[in-house]
Amino acid sequence: MADTQPKGAAPRPVFSGAVSPKSRLQRWADSDIWYSFKRSPVTIVATTVFFMLIAGALLAPLLSPYTPFDPGSLNLMNGFTEPMAANAFTGDYFLLGTDDQGRDVLSTILFGLRISLFVGITAVLFAMTLGITLGLIAGYIGGWLDGLIMRIADIQLTFPSIMVAMLLYGIGKGLIPPALRDEMAIWVLIVSIGLSEWVQFARTVRGATLVEREKEYVQAAHLIGLSKWSIMLRHILPNVAGPILVIATISLALAIIAEATLSFLGVGAPKTQPSLGTLINVGRQFILSGEWWILLFPSLTLLALALSVNLLGDWLRDVLNPKLR
Amino acid sequence: MKKSLAYLIAAGLAATTALSTAQAETLRWARAGDSLTLDPHAQNEGPTHTLAHQMYEPLLHRDMAGQIVPALATSWAATDNPNIWEFKLREGVKFHNGEDFTADDVVFSLNRAMRPTSAMKELLSSVEEVRKVDDLTVHIVTAGPNPLMPNNLTNLFIMDEGWTMDNGCAEPQDIANGGDNPCVRSTNGTGAYVLESRAQDQKTVLKANPNYWGIGEFPLEVTEIVYTPIQESATRVSAFLSGEVDLIQDVPVQDLGRVSETAGLVVSTAPQNRTIFFGLNVGDADLTSDNVEGKNPFADVKVREAMNIAINRDAIQKVVMRGQSSPTGVIMPPFVNGWTEALDQYPAYDVDKAKSLMAEAGYADGFEVTLNCPNDRYINDEAICQAAVGMLGQIGIKVALDALPKAQHFPLIKNKETDFYMLGWGVPTFDSEYVFNFLVHTTTDELGSWNGTRYTNPNLDQLIVSLASETDLDRRNETIAQIWGTVQSEILYLPIHHQVLNWGMTDKIDFAVQPEDQPHIKYLKYKM
Repeated sequence: MADTQPKGAAPRPVFSGAVSPKSRLQRWADSDIWYSFKRSPVTIVATTVFFMLIAGALLAPLLSPYTPFDPGSLNLMNGFTEPMAANAFTGDYFLLGTDDQGRDVLSTILFGLRISLFVGITAVLFAMTLGITLGLIAGYIGGWLDGLIMRIADIQLTFPSIMVAMLLYGIGKGLIPPALRDEMAIWVLIVSIGLSEWVQFARTVRGATLVEREKEYVQAAHLIGLSKWSIMLRHILPNVAGPILVIATISLALAIIAEATLSFLGVGAPKTQPSLGTLINVGRQFILSGEWWILLFPSLTLLALALSVNLLGDWLRDVLNPKLR
Repeated sequence: MKKSLAYLIAAGLAATTALSTAQAETLRWARAGDSLTLDPHAQNEGPTHTLAHQMYEPLLHRDMAGQIVPALATSWAATDNPNIWEFKLREGVKFHNGEDFTADDVVFSLNRAMRPTSAMKELLSSVEEVRKVDDLTVHIVTAGPNPLMPNNLTNLFIMDEGWTMDNGCAEPQDIANGGDNPCVRSTNGTGAYVLESRAQDQKTVLKANPNYWGIGEFPLEVTEIVYTPIQESATRVSAFLSGEVDLIQDVPVQDLGRVSETAGLVVSTAPQNRTIFFGLNVGDADLTSDNVEGKNPFADVKVREAMNIAINRDAIQKVVMRGQSSPTGVIMPPFVNGWTEALDQYPAYDVDKAKSLMAEAGYADGFEVTLNCPNDRYINDEAICQAAVGMLGQIGIKVALDALPKAQHFPLIKNKETDFYMLGWGVPTFDSEYVFNFLVHTTTDELGSWNGTRYTNPNLDQLIVSLASETDLDRRNETIAQIWGTVQSEILYLPIHHQVLNWGMTDKIDFAVQPEDQPHIKYLKYKM
């Protein structure tokens, strides 16, 4: 029984090319993952939407017809222009209309998407790094450290994560001098969301580590004198990567929504660097006065982003967890 | 047993009849911001005075048309000595706690309003002494003849001396230093309504005063006031549309159409006695929020002029205010003595000229600075600031916007912690002297408490002080024009517009807009 081979993870790339004559691409095409992907139209659509949004965010400076956050380029007289219409005073044309300050809604969405994705991805990376490190330590070293880390995690789980994020955000803002507040707001947001999401990673990694540490390959590594850190990072971590990927995807959707919620509540991204949540908050003021486009388009974008990430996460979970098949 | 049952029924019937004859009417009233304190002398600020007016009374006040009418004083006149004003007080008035209102309370309250921590002391800067003549007569002695003394008293509330002393509120709340006293949360006035409960920034409940002296004189149809500040404009207008509140003082301009089209709701519109403008720190050697080392760009009048013509007031009026404002070139509304059409003219919007002025001043590449702005005080305050950020960006001034609730914004101005700020100023005395005393005179212990510009000009200060005792009104008006001349040529402030008030109310309410934005609920009537 090849018990030392971890189960559950995706078929891992084999490092010596001699073992298999097939190219990497071919092996990928033959894999379970690709097969499952091809068979799931929902996943194909979600992936397409997700990558289109990523591309839109990355290429925002090239794609946006206007530069909405250069105050010098704005003309207030363009304010409240309807979608697909020319402004009555200036004659400028806007595909998705303009907001109250005359900013092009399409451009603000592209740039807002950037902020939302940047905050979401960075916050998840931060949460992941923290959670993995603490989870490995708790699981592999154990003892009182394990107890301490897991009790902190338990306590944090008793609060809704958005509340933890708000609390941390409030503390962070209080510590920063007012002059730097706008510049630092995004980073404070990332750290607060990251700190509110690390528990999932830590608990999963700890659980998987507890299983792995008893296996022979770990004991073998221990016997040949490798250091604890080397065993944790080089040997255990790759074998617990599957569940981490799933949690990271789901956390990304959560982080994007958490960021939008905080910004909607007016405690997140500043108006000078608006994320999708900030844009929705601005649009909300005009919902009764007929300027529906200021609210609708950013909301649809957020919906598409969160939904596509969530669907991708669901699919990944199904594929990477053989018990569900 | 049977007898007691009969009594019970009788009592029940009596109670029902009593209720129906009393016509209990609750007014649910909302606006963007709350009163900052219930201490009547601690803040000179519109919403704070507006709430205080329901519970406290001044000697004389401005009615719903803006006319001065008797309140606690029944008559007033200058005596043979032009430095002394005599006020006859109303007889038989009682405070909410049952104490009699006498001349001692007037002497005490006006002296309290002149204490160092008072926000109202500029209004009484010419007063040397407040003297009790008898229980119902008071003399106000001024340093020189002050023909406009009564105009200064319309927001100076009278407190009960005994109650105030017993509560340890001899000194007004010291807002600048985070001071507190029991009079911040409780009241004892002579007004038409008594404080029932209050949670700051959430809800304040007032009940009709059953012993009010004005019963029979005023409509007093509202028996209970529930006052709720709702900062978010969309939430406020939704509450109004759904019938959760009966009166909102600030219908958001973008929702005026929607509200007036709604059956059962009306919007009442009138120009307000208030001007919105930006203040600049022109006096300090260096600014704290800019990126220019060792120099203050605002100290150069060319920079100020460039900013003044870089602001497109017409665009703000059209887009941000949706037509609901009158752009202006001066920081006083047309109600004020001293206002002229010439002063009200605003400079033409001219980016090219502004850019060349910036270059002449040595700032061709612009500079960075922070603009402090309130977000729950004036109509679309934050949106105006955002628009100004864009307009100033076009001449190279990179403005960082810091928008805060008024409770945090105003201390920045009073403590001189902001270089560039938005302020709105109404003039309850309807005279320019009030503007000069608060906004132009050098900041001293007595005057200039809202002058965030750090501007100081001894000659101008002398002229301003002379206004209080100038009896020749023509000469006085000449001096006023002269002071405005300096304020305008120095471009101390960047005026934006005069506000227009839009009160929303249910169509059952018969209530006219008051030019100072102060609804005195005792005048409110219901249509039959």
